[in-house]
Amino acid sequence: MTDQHTVKFTPKNYVVTAIVLAIATAALAAAPYWLGRADLRLAGEIMLYISLATLWNLLAGYAGLVSVGQQAYVGLGGYMLFACTILFGVPPVLAIPIAGVIGALLAIPVAFLIFRLRGAYFAIGTWVIAEVFRLGFAQLSALGGGSGTSIPAKIVKSMAASRAARESLSYWLAFGLAALIILFVYLFLRSRKGLALTAIRDNELAASSLGIDIWKTKFFTYVVTAALTSMVGALIFLQKLRISPDAAFSVNDWTAFVIFIVVIGGIGTIEGPIIGAIIFFTLRETLADLGTGYLITLGLVAIIIMLKAPNGIWGLVRDRFDLSFFPLLYRVEKQKQDN
Amino acid sequence: MDWVNAIIQGTLLGGLYALFAAGLSLIFGVMRLVNIAHGDLIIFSAYVCLTVTSSLGIHPLLALALVVPIMGIIGYALQRGLLNKTLGADLLPPLLVTFGLSVIIQNSLLQIYTADPQKLSAGALEIASVKIGTLALGILPLLTFFVAVVIIGALQFMFYKTALGRALRAVSDNQEIAQLMGLDKRHIFGIAMGLALAVTAVAGVLLGIRTSFDPSVGGGRLIFGFEAVIIGGLGNIWGTLAGGVILGVAQTVGAKIDPGWQILAGHIAFLFVLAVRPNGLFPRMSA
Repeated sequence: MTDQHTVKFTPKNYVVTAIVLAIATAALAAAPYWLGRADLRLAGEIMLYISLATLWNLLAGYAGLVSVGQQAYVGLGGYMLFACTILFGVPPVLAIPIAGVIGALLAIPVAFLIFRLRGAYFAIGTWVIAEVFRLGFAQLSALGGGSGTSIPAKIVKSMAASRAARESLSYWLAFGLAALIILFVYLFLRSRKGLALTAIRDNELAASSLGIDIWKTKFFTYVVTAALTSMVGALIFLQKLRISPDAAFSVNDWTAFVIFIVVIGGIGTIEGPIIGAIIFFTLRETLADLGTGYLITLGLVAIIIMLKAPNGIWGLVRDRFDLSFFPLLYRVEKQKQDN
Repeated sequence: MDWVNAIIQGTLLGGLYALFAAGLSLIFGVMRLVNIAHGDLIIFSAYVCLTVTSSLGIHPLLALALVVPIMGIIGYALQRGLLNKTLGADLLPPLLVTFGLSVIIQNSLLQIYTADPQKLSAGALEIASVKIGTLALGILPLLTFFVAVVIIGALQFMFYKTALGRALRAVSDNQEIAQLMGLDKRHIFGIAMGLALAVTAVAGVLLGIRTSFDPSVGGGRLIFGFEAVIIGGLGNIWGTLAGGVILGVAQTVGAKIDPGWQILAGHIAFLFVLAVRPNGLFPRMSA
């Protein structure tokens, strides 16, 4: 009798996880038909935060690029939406991909500059970039300068005639973008480039000795993340209908919350940001009355998780139940065989 | 003459930025830790001073005799109790823990002191000035610059001429071998953070006398300190003073052109240095 080991890609309970995932996706796609107005709005907001958290996780958890300046692209996307619709008469839904393209184009020179900084200094460098964007847009009088501007009602009504239809469309855009971003990150990480990225995260020296171009791989990840973050930003401010430099480039709203979501959910996993966003909003809906106490609690929880369970809540669940909704790893399975 | 004035005022402002940067530079040099909560700790010091001055009714500069040791002890305790646990090969834990700390400090200050802007009142010192030719130089900015030079000189002396400085440099060079030589790195790191926050306390009090502050402005101070460090070059503490001065001058000259450009001009000067001299102007170690 000998032990035989086989390497498998499919996780243990893949039929169950696939069915759960399919049902959840279908239910969420149909949300406008079974959720009330307030809940639909909340669900849309959760989708936007899942998108931001998934993208930040790709940067920090997989590419080792810890940014505290992703609000630069959220705000940029928002402003591009307002610029396209108000100044150039572009339909709002078309303005979202345009915001993504502009985000990518701006991220290229930004990356050339801040990639000169390493580690934590890179993090603060990204914050400086976000501040430059904020102060720059505050100087643009065409978009309201420091006090900001609103989207005219005419443009809003051009999206859909009735209020209910607009709200459903807004949710579907948020849901669709979140699904697209998760799918993109999943396929990206399973691709050759994604494998290179994971190798770099685990050991930069070993990765480069195997011929991986570290700079190029990180650069590509940074630019793509910037483009998608700008699209999320455009959607966020399409829901808010009003923009100002302080709201658009808020480090609290678009980075601190996102970091807490990823750390609590589980950094370096695809499921983590999704779980984290659900926990974050559950806490927010129940603890919001605490005001500043709520943020203090979040900060404490994040610190404790970082020290005691660095893989977050999803890490604990995964290790306990051997679950994976988005399998990225091969597993070794032991089989007993009689000869 | 206006331009000369702007440049001189900017130079003096640079002293304050160098003080923001000195603590950041010190802990990075010793343990490669970048403290995202540094700016919030500067503001925290200002609030500690506010509490001391209002409860004892003493001058803010006199209150330094209390605020500096308080912040030093907090720094030592913070390092031994929390930050030492985050240090290691992985970059994420120290970054994210100090980020969480930043949010906690900011919101705790908001809870205790509200969002109202506060100021440390230093009486006649706030508006006193000396006339040199046609220029009027504030006593407070002059004092700030002088304090920055003295503190940076003292740090430099401590690093290269004392037993403590030798210990700090030894731990910085090679933690394992320093341990073998009988140094307890946890204790040395604690002392480094204590020293850094003692300097931060001076910076916070001088900031609080100079301008009004509220719990949300810490992030901006972190950025100014960080820019001074990078412009000056990593590992060179006199370079940090030069970096602070360059940043200060860029800001006052920018403000002279258009008041909306003050902070932006500082950031642009920083990005310009980053583009042409990525290791800063006077680097002693590589990033």
